[in-house]
Amino acid sequence: MAFKRWRLFATLMVVIAMVAAACSSGGGDSEGSEPAETATTTAAAEPAEVLKIAFVHVGPVADKGWSWAHDQGAKYVKAQLGDAVEITTLESIPEGSDAQRVFEDLAAAGNKLIFGTSFGYMEPMLAAAENFPDVAFMHATGYKTSENMGNYFGAAEEGRYLSGMAAGAATKTNLIGYVAAFPIPEVLRGINAFTLGAREVNPDVEVQVVWTSTWFDPPKEGTAAESLLDAGADVIAMHQDSAAPGQAAEAAGAKWVGYNTDMTEFAPNAWLTAAIWDWGPFYLAQAKAVIDGTWKAESVYGNMADGMVALAPFGESVDEDLQALILEREDEIKEGIFSVFPDPIVDQDGNERELGDIFTMDYFVKGVIGSPTG
Amino acid sequence: MNDSQLVLTLVAAIGLGTPLIFATVGEIITERSGILNLGVQGMMLIGAVSGFWATFTTGSLLLGVIVAVIAGAALSWLHAFTSVTLRVNQIVSGLALAIFGTGLASFLGRAGSNPLVGNPSRKVFEPLITGGIAEWPVVGPLIFGHDILVYLSIIVAGVASYYLFHTRMGLSLRAVGEDPASAESAGVNVSRVRYIHVMVGGALAGAGGAYFSLALTPTWQDDPIGAAGWIAIALVILASWRPWRAVFAAYLFGAAERVQFTLQTLGDPWSNIPSTLLAMLPFILAIIAMIVLTSGKRARLLGAPAALAIPYFREQR
Repeated sequence: MAFKRWRLFATLMVVIAMVAAACSSGGGDSEGSEPAETATTTAAAEPAEVLKIAFVHVGPVADKGWSWAHDQGAKYVKAQLGDAVEITTLESIPEGSDAQRVFEDLAAAGNKLIFGTSFGYMEPMLAAAENFPDVAFMHATGYKTSENMGNYFGAAEEGRYLSGMAAGAATKTNLIGYVAAFPIPEVLRGINAFTLGAREVNPDVEVQVVWTSTWFDPPKEGTAAESLLDAGADVIAMHQDSAAPGQAAEAAGAKWVGYNTDMTEFAPNAWLTAAIWDWGPFYLAQAKAVIDGTWKAESVYGNMADGMVALAPFGESVDEDLQALILEREDEIKEGIFSVFPDPIVDQDGNERELGDIFTMDYFVKGVIGSPTG
Repeated sequence: MNDSQLVLTLVAAIGLGTPLIFATVGEIITERSGILNLGVQGMMLIGAVSGFWATFTTGSLLLGVIVAVIAGAALSWLHAFTSVTLRVNQIVSGLALAIFGTGLASFLGRAGSNPLVGNPSRKVFEPLITGGIAEWPVVGPLIFGHDILVYLSIIVAGVASYYLFHTRMGLSLRAVGEDPASAESAGVNVSRVRYIHVMVGGALAGAGGAYFSLALTPTWQDDPIGAAGWIAIALVILASWRPWRAVFAAYLFGAAERVQFTLQTLGDPWSNIPSTLLAMLPFILAIIAMIVLTSGKRARLLGAPAALAIPYFREQR
């Protein structure tokens, strides 16, 4: 019947229009609008070809956290190299096998340098790298490399230690709550460094860990923080990409140590400080290396000395003596005369053990309450 | 006594359950008219972003909620149009609405030169009463310690229940959901009833979304409501299409959301349960409850509208 066919057609059109609208707004976001002011130095040398660079993030770049920090790095590259680069950013791409297709699509679209900024992209990226041997792949936070896939990360534990000092001095109940994402070495390193820092200034501090099994889920992460506050914690720390734990701390009149970026505005009274990231110079160096043809698949581990990791501005409640002590420790870390993890190290049960490879760290240090296996 | 984990968990459960009450009661009203709207997630997100915008621009929480309600209703009009007027497959249309709403919300969040995204809310819903009776043992925090939307959500459930089962219009609504042809022959305008109640459902979903962006996690970020819209759809079945039961189903779910973290702080033996298992708790709970409710003889008593998700053709029997 003609009527029915018309109806089917109309349905299809409506559905297609909706899906198309949703995809165009939520899916991809191409960086091409900002004209560069400083597109002189390297760009002038190779004006012939535009380097296409792609970034793949696990969460929204507007999270003001992990993905946002990486996106700031991408914007820095664009500002420095201008028309010599064309940057594509994909957000909220789930970890897992689907990610391989995303990486391969980006490679097929002519991107010659592809960054994946989440741990779970490691295997998909490895598989994609094998299929596109002339594309440079860089994976953040993982441990596997291949001929054309390198990895990169930074010693967040240095900043974590320092932020732990601020938290240790701030707590009155001697219980700090730590909202943590997943029990992987990266997160365990952070918790341990934070706890060591807190106990340097206050040996009675204990750090209660709660696992959320999410990187970015504001209601869940906020709820986890509330459960810690209700358990008696008066300072909240976190390894999450949202500011929800900080808002929970603010509402309860507690203190907060953030992560990734300066999140003062979300909880101005609760804010103490945070370990934060500055990816820009690293991304710029990578882009230049590909342009110059000198790029090699390497493992890069940045730190406070080279600026990849930094300490966010202090909140108002952090007094000046403490700030001075923390900054003194920061200088010692940068100079390489203070190491965050002692060796041997005392574990959760009070036993002394070898520090071992910190990249496969799978235990808690003394002072942490909770299970290191999740 | 107010510091006991039980009281604190129940208080948190009420807060976490509140947006679910709005959305679930809204979806119950929609489904009672025979229209299945799977787009709750999209309508909640639109409510969340537009409510946030209104409060961010004007500084008024009341305006935030009003705008969220209007935005949710407006988006649900799309579903009413496709499913009532065009009579398309409601599952397809609802899913499209969920995807569309999610995308549109994140688009709106970054539109303009000074985008909303990444900003904390200018104002936040605070408890109505602090001190005094709000500090009475147990009942203080449990009953008197909430913000106004918590009470409003319960009033909404009560009004919806009265409307559905004790008014003439409620009777017409249920008739349309059970047997639209008979309702039509009794003089009820089926398509008008369906339009109105789809939009009432959208309005309430919008209010539920605003509870996230103005109370629970007072900020706008791309996906600030978790999976609340999908959970609300499951809660409709759990509540067997009755608004009062939706209140308890929502609180039960809120408690499960919270308990997974509380258990981790309780020490041995609770903290030995793997956290990934605990994260599944709300969903396991929902599945068990649904199996119990929908098995055997109870299924008939469940109350699913007979004409749910079936397009109605006026002169086609």
